[in-house]
Amino acid sequence: MSDASETARTSYARVEAGMKRRRAAERRFRFLGKCAVGLGLAFLAILFVSIVGNGYSAFWQTRITLDVTIDEATIDPAGAREPQVLRTADYGALIKQSLRDMFPEVSGRRNRFALYGLVSNGAGFDLRDKVLADPALIGRTISLTVAADDDVDMLMKGHIDRRAPESDRRIKDNQLAWIERLETDGRIGSAFNVDFFANGDSRDPELAGIRGALMGSIYTLLVTLGLSFPLAVSAAVYLEEFAPKNRWTDLIEVNINNLAAVPSIVFGLLGLAVFINFFTLPRSAPIVGGLVLTLMTLPTIIIASRAALKSVPPSIREGALGIGASPMQAVMYHVLPLALPGMLTGTIIGMAQALGETAPLLMIGMVAFIADVPGGVFDPATALPVQVYLWADSPERAFVEKTSAAIMVLLLFLATMNALAVLLRRRFERRW
Amino acid sequence: MHVQASEFTRVSTEPGAGRFPAAPEIEGRYHREHRGTVGEVRLDLPRMRCTGVDVHYGDKHALRDVSLDIGMNEVLAMIGPSGCGKSTFLRCLNRMNDTVAGCRVSGEILLDGKDIMAPDVDVVPLRARVGMVFQKPNPFPKSIFENVAFGPRIHGLARSHAELEEIVVSSLKKANLWDEVKDRLAHPGTGLSGGQQQRLCIARAIAIQPEVILMDEPCSALDPISTAKIEQLIDELRRNYSICIVTHSMQQAARVSQRTAYFHLGDLIEVGETDQIFVKPRHQLTEDYITGRFG
Amino acid sequence: MTQTPLLVVLLLTLSSLAYHFGRKRAFAVSGGRVRSLHSLPAYYGLYVALWAVIPALLVLGLWLGFEDGVITRLVVASMPPEFAGLEPSRLNLVLNDIRNLVVGNIVSSAPDATIIAAADRYRELRGISTIALFAATLGLATVSGWVAYGRIRPEHRSRNAVERIVMGLLIACSTIAILTTVGIVLSVLFESIRFFQAVPVTEFLFGLDWSPQIAIRADQAGSSGAFGAVPLFAGTMLITLIAMSVAVPIGLMSAIYLAEYASARVRAIAKPLLEVLAGIPTVVYGFFAALTVAPFIRNSGGMLGLDIASESALAAGLVMGVMIIPFVSSLSDDVINAVPQSLRDGAYGMGATPSETIRRVIIPAALPGIVGAVLLAVSRAIGETMIVVMAAGLAAKLTANPFEAVTTVTVQIVTLLVGDQEFDSPKTLAAFALGLLLFFVTLALNVLALYIVRKYREQYE
Repeated sequence: MSDASETARTSYARVEAGMKRRRAAERRFRFLGKCAVGLGLAFLAILFVSIVGNGYSAFWQTRITLDVTIDEATIDPAGAREPQVLRTADYGALIKQSLRDMFPEVSGRRNRFALYGLVSNGAGFDLRDKVLADPALIGRTISLTVAADDDVDMLMKGHIDRRAPESDRRIKDNQLAWIERLETDGRIGSAFNVDFFANGDSRDPELAGIRGALMGSIYTLLVTLGLSFPLAVSAAVYLEEFAPKNRWTDLIEVNINNLAAVPSIVFGLLGLAVFINFFTLPRSAPIVGGLVLTLMTLPTIIIASRAALKSVPPSIREGALGIGASPMQAVMYHVLPLALPGMLTGTIIGMAQALGETAPLLMIGMVAFIADVPGGVFDPATALPVQVYLWADSPERAFVEKTSAAIMVLLLFLATMNALAVLLRRRFERRW
Repeated sequence: MHVQASEFTRVSTEPGAGRFPAAPEIEGRYHREHRGTVGEVRLDLPRMRCTGVDVHYGDKHALRDVSLDIGMNEVLAMIGPSGCGKSTFLRCLNRMNDTVAGCRVSGEILLDGKDIMAPDVDVVPLRARVGMVFQKPNPFPKSIFENVAFGPRIHGLARSHAELEEIVVSSLKKANLWDEVKDRLAHPGTGLSGGQQQRLCIARAIAIQPEVILMDEPCSALDPISTAKIEQLIDELRRNYSICIVTHSMQQAARVSQRTAYFHLGDLIEVGETDQIFVKPRHQLTEDYITGRFG
Repeated sequence: MTQTPLLVVLLLTLSSLAYHFGRKRAFAVSGGRVRSLHSLPAYYGLYVALWAVIPALLVLGLWLGFEDGVITRLVVASMPPEFAGLEPSRLNLVLNDIRNLVVGNIVSSAPDATIIAAADRYRELRGISTIALFAATLGLATVSGWVAYGRIRPEHRSRNAVERIVMGLLIACSTIAILTTVGIVLSVLFESIRFFQAVPVTEFLFGLDWSPQIAIRADQAGSSGAFGAVPLFAGTMLITLIAMSVAVPIGLMSAIYLAEYASARVRAIAKPLLEVLAGIPTVVYGFFAALTVAPFIRNSGGMLGLDIASESALAAGLVMGVMIIPFVSSLSDDVINAVPQSLRDGAYGMGATPSETIRRVIIPAALPGIVGAVLLAVSRAIGETMIVVMAAGLAAKLTANPFEAVTTVTVQIVTLLVGDQEFDSPKTLAAFALGLLLFFVTLALNVLALYIVRKYREQYE
């Protein structure tokens, strides 16, 4: 007995002796854990700061106010005010004339060219729209505010350093002087960038907008939603409620799990080979994008829908069967309505995934430069993430801010969808 | 005795009420205010001394004002119906309740005269002194040798590998498992039978030379033969350790313990020599439980 | 094709009419005693409606699938014999011209009379086909609906029949997963076989030189050394390795911290925030890598006197690692939580500290699951496209230096297939061979990982 308490005492002394080292090891390990979480969150913060920091300025646009004399001789020499004539007239010349009037001292082809470069190429179209809306303006001088060229925009936003040597600047010294004069005249200002939301893609950064990409994404997602939701719910209902346990259903299960992990680009190859080359569907069209993304999101939605069905307790089924419903009726009228919120949540998450997907769309040609806003699922289109990719590839400095802004819009959509999913889950979550 | 006597009489006037006591009677009879523990709570030379221990799980008051001594080299059995707080009390003795979220323990628990509830007490060396064996055998997914060596390794008890081997072998021998596993020490501990696994867990616990071993229904998942082996082992271990065993089986308590404590709905009702508790309980509730009126 | 929505609407109208009549007829044959019917009247309606619409939709689908092929063949047959003798690629160009003429697009060259005639013929055949399609589907719908209508008797088991049809549809939907896999395998396999006819498999798998752009001329296809994919594998491995060495420690440690240490409040905030990383589209990571991370690495390397390429493997791998952190951490979180509490109790009950419990009990117990999670993460890193397309290089270089630019399998697939392409050149076919490889490697990793994880789960159930 005393022997036992003796060994207990020595062993306890040894435990005490090791405690300092072990407490330190514990603290180190805990610190490592904190570091890991901290690093992960730091990456997230850096990512957001970098995107928002680069992109927020894209929502404002530098605009220049010009006094434009709408010269009848230039745009409507016949004076008949025919829409066809008015539509095709050279409004750019009027803009150039107004710039020359403002800076009469500028001479020489090269200098004048530099002067014209201060305003966007789209200025003429703005003027055209104004004149078409109100032909009575012809012959008068109006004050017109037009978008500045992207380089001017970058200068005004501080992305081009005015003090840098001239050779390092895209804005030359003479342009800088003109801009400074516009500034003192109060003719240069900044306004909310409507073009960014109203226009399609453009080679000119100041005119490029996300409308086309946004519509393309919406059409693509509509196709995806319309196909994947019914297909996935049906598949989930069969597999979860009716399927016998045999090799065939095992095969389907394994297949679904694997498809969920197949790289998205492989789905793009499938789309290219099957939908475009075999079924000769049009390239670059949202219909093909939607089909490919349907196949890609199906596993996600099926897995979520099965989980939703699984969470409905068997007592509901037994209750329905017990009052004489057929198995099909029990599922359709009793189980499915209860599982529907969970299925919808899964579907929204699948849609969010599809919205952010880029690689398969590159494969099926939704990466072409398309300036028009698509009007349907068969029109050539691009999608929001692909637009990000295209702009990220463009060399102009102004596209960096456009890209970041497009990303902000994309993330906003994703956040909304996920918030919706969370809301749905909270609202309908049931504990049995 | 009948706190709600009026209700009892009202119920008993109904036909058939005598044979099937209705709910109010059960509530009245068994859920009553506690008026202090009956029996010998205190010992002369205790290993552990608990005074006024209360446990709350969230809003639930799981254990009320329990005072109890645990002697040297004795087996103390804790019995009582499910949810009576016996396991909760056991887990206070090595502060395993710390790991349960929302659990608050108050009161004083002394181990060899020192309060283990004090905020500056480190649970690590405490648990090296107060070992524990759980209801379900839970060997680690490692070899038999490594299972037993786990404690000595983490606590740095062995100065050399030879010493470690010695500890492992003697612990397995003390746990009456050596003969069955000596040829397969490198096999996984999870491959043993349930009874062997539980003895492995006991070997694992005694490898760190604790002073007290807590056992939480150690035989409830085992067959009678394994149970008999463990009970025999408990009796042998008593020579060197203080043992607290929670059991749902009154017969087991009668077989292995010297003293027995009866818990009821969070109260310690009665403590006494095991023989006395089972032969001549002093409290009505103890008697009702032991004679099988409820439980 | 443009008339299809109208046709679908017509068919649906027809089927709702069929529903109405079927239901009415059920009431009629019951003679006012609805209880004498085998099924509820609605089922009789559904029965007729389904019979009306399903065969017609099947025909519609098949028709649309084959319409273009048949018309094209007819047009070619009607053209002068010299066209029929053209080789397929030339014929395709001609057909493209014809189609463009039909749609009204700009045509590559001034169309000659034969092409115009063919286009007219094409348009005419399209018109005929559309009319025939309308007639066939609507007629079929009427006939099949009528037949079903005629079958309605009180004792007819309409509910069973409807349920059989619905069950058939459900089964059909559930086989789409298999069809997709088969589609993937077939589409990449066929093109790959054509590729391997030009370039030997061994050269593709073991060749050390990758420069597909040389092989523009047909006689150069498969000229030695142009299609050796080893540098691509090496580049993919390098970037994956970098990504894993970021994602696994951070992901695993944060999963451990959040599961075993963090208070409920910290967990409730940090976990969803980390999962936001998983919801960010990969194109955003690519932009971030190219715009922020790569210049940062290049500049800080420059300060240390290192020469780092602006498209270094390090930048792409690092950002990919960040993307994969939540993937590793949420999978690890699952497997750590699957370790039974009794093992934790056992270790704590012996006086182990939390870190000892984690390192000596929980991690060893969860190891198979963690390995499975890492394998899944590797498969995701290998298949990741946008980050590497935007941040990694294009030139295939066989190097293990993370500061140099390397290219990957997915980057090459994109470069080979985006932009103008001839479908039959080995250049485009090579992309499918790479896709085949990618598919099977990720498939193998996934199957292995899912198997390991499942075995692990069973161990503790």
